[in-house]
Amino acid sequence: MAILEFEKPIVEIQKKIQELKEISESSGMDVTAEIETFEKQALEYKKEVYANLTPAQRLQIARHADRPTFLDYVKLMTTDFMEMHGDREGMDDRAIIGGIAKIEDCSVVIIGTQKGKNTKENLTYNFGMPQPQGYRKALRLFNHANKFNMPIVTLIDTPGAYPGIKAEETAQGTAIAVNLREMAKLNVPVIAVITGEGCSGGALGLAVADRVYMLEHSYYTVISPEGCASILWRDASMAGTAAESLKITSEDLLKFGIIDGIVKEPLGGAHCDYEKMANDLKETIMRAIYELRDVNSKTLRNDRYNKYRRMGVFCQ
Amino acid sequence: MTVKDWFEQRKEMQIARRDKETRIDDSVGNLWVKCYHCNAQLLKKEVEDNMEVCPKCGYHFRINARTRINQLFDEGTFEELFGNITTADPLEFSDTESYKKRVTAARAKTNMNEAVISGVGEIEGELTAAAVMDFEFMGGSMGSVVGEKVTLAMEEALKREIPMIAVTASGGARMQESILSLMQMAKTSCAVAKLNEAGLLYITVLTEPTFGGVTASFAMLGDIIIAEKDARIGFAGRRVIEQTIRQSLPADFQTASYLMKYGQIDMISDRAGLKPMLAKIIRLHKKKKS
Ligand SMILES: [Zn+2]
Repeated sequence: MAILEFEKPIVEIQKKIQELKEISESSGMDVTAEIETFEKQALEYKKEVYANLTPAQRLQIARHADRPTFLDYVKLMTTDFMEMHGDREGMDDRAIIGGIAKIEDCSVVIIGTQKGKNTKENLTYNFGMPQPQGYRKALRLFNHANKFNMPIVTLIDTPGAYPGIKAEETAQGTAIAVNLREMAKLNVPVIAVITGEGCSGGALGLAVADRVYMLEHSYYTVISPEGCASILWRDASMAGTAAESLKITSEDLLKFGIIDGIVKEPLGGAHCDYEKMANDLKETIMRAIYELRDVNSKTLRNDRYNKYRRMGVFCQ
Repeated sequence: MTVKDWFEQRKEMQIARRDKETRIDDSVGNLWVKCYHCNAQLLKKEVEDNMEVCPKCGYHFRINARTRINQLFDEGTFEELFGNITTADPLEFSDTESYKKRVTAARAKTNMNEAVISGVGEIEGELTAAAVMDFEFMGGSMGSVVGEKVTLAMEEALKREIPMIAVTASGGARMQESILSLMQMAKTSCAVAKLNEAGLLYITVLTEPTFGGVTASFAMLGDIIIAEKDARIGFAGRRVIEQTIRQSLPADFQTASYLMKYGQIDMISDRAGLKPMLAKIIRLHKKKKS
């Protein structure tokens, strides 16, 4: 498991406690009380560290190599998942995966960006950066959900839509734009969750939704802090400062009224406890589905429209 | 300097030159200007009379929103709306300079409140709603004000049951408003959905340059999409793509004709032909009164 810089002291303490346990076992000396004290202190310390992370440090958690991916959540949150492949126009983009599944008693269409956990997987999934064909596949699945009256759940973790020659030739901008417009027209509940990186139009292309949630350490922004730093500061090393200035944390987005809620992560981040994370996320999603599933489609569409209509801050 | 650095620097210079080409050099005196494209020395007056197109090589220089409006709308018919909406600074953003200062500077430079003018006017007698962007105002970037004014123009079209035209010129989203600017993509695209549902004609005119969040929202959602000659249009910027794929791009990459070749736009128009083209499209879509 990859260890982040600020995780190192915590790992150190845990190692010490482990050593102490081993010593007590081999020597038969009872140090249970001491171990308990140490463990309590370690937990307190860990809580303090994670309560005081900078946006740049939280960015590292959001991008953690072991962060649960879309397919992890599908496995842990749903049953009967059946993947639906392809855009029907010549491609099956692997950066966006979707299909039908059950969450508890409810049939849903679930779609998300997929990242890999190693180089080989990342090449397969293109580091979670979709091509236009991925957005078109998603649109096909949105329409499927609409036709069969199934709620839509999208899980988003992407550094952005892929910038490439073929992506431009096959109309990346248009693909995203069409999704934004068509998601506004859907008659079924749409629930979107930023699970890791929510970067730019590439994230928004799956996130025009009735309810939008963020995992605690995920981020959502118009441009990556690195991209912003290199354009506005003309210095990519200012990414940490850009991360603060851009106000990208889940708390910021909640304050701005862009998202509807934050799903707390296990102490240390989602990668520390997959099951708990998936379970808490599932609870949030189910609550939203129960709230929305009996709302008539016209109200649903109007509310969704009005919600986005109100977004923006200006003087008048 | 290594060979690699030298190449990098050359590339930077080429990009800088390409950007310069889109404007006229007016540093050569009061009467004269220079076309960066063909290097011709031109009389300022003769360029103005030619709709800001080089009379020698036909290159279409970038123009601001007011000039565009004067060229497209019948004289005296354009009524600006929502001009009182101005920029806030919700993030209290500051990079090497504060957002507030940048906005103040942009206002002084362009004599505009923001990067778009919304309103209604007549094109060969046809009343239409319009949102016309201005690249000179912070690169035509879309923040809350641009998103709001584009949406309000669309709502004006809905209210009056008239066609809507968006003339785009933008480097993308306004980074200084971060997530709020991203949400303008959703807001404007949802407004297009309303136009669609009402059966109203929506035409987009993509001008030099149209990129990023504007491309990935209302710009590419026109029922009919026109690109002006010499416009470059894309989602990702050339430099970002070059850095990602580490290979050089075709010379005509992201030009209007390139987009036409790949089926992304309906028509290309030169500047003089744009107004008659819009009028013709509007007339063709007019519903017969029953
Ligand atoms: Zn010329």
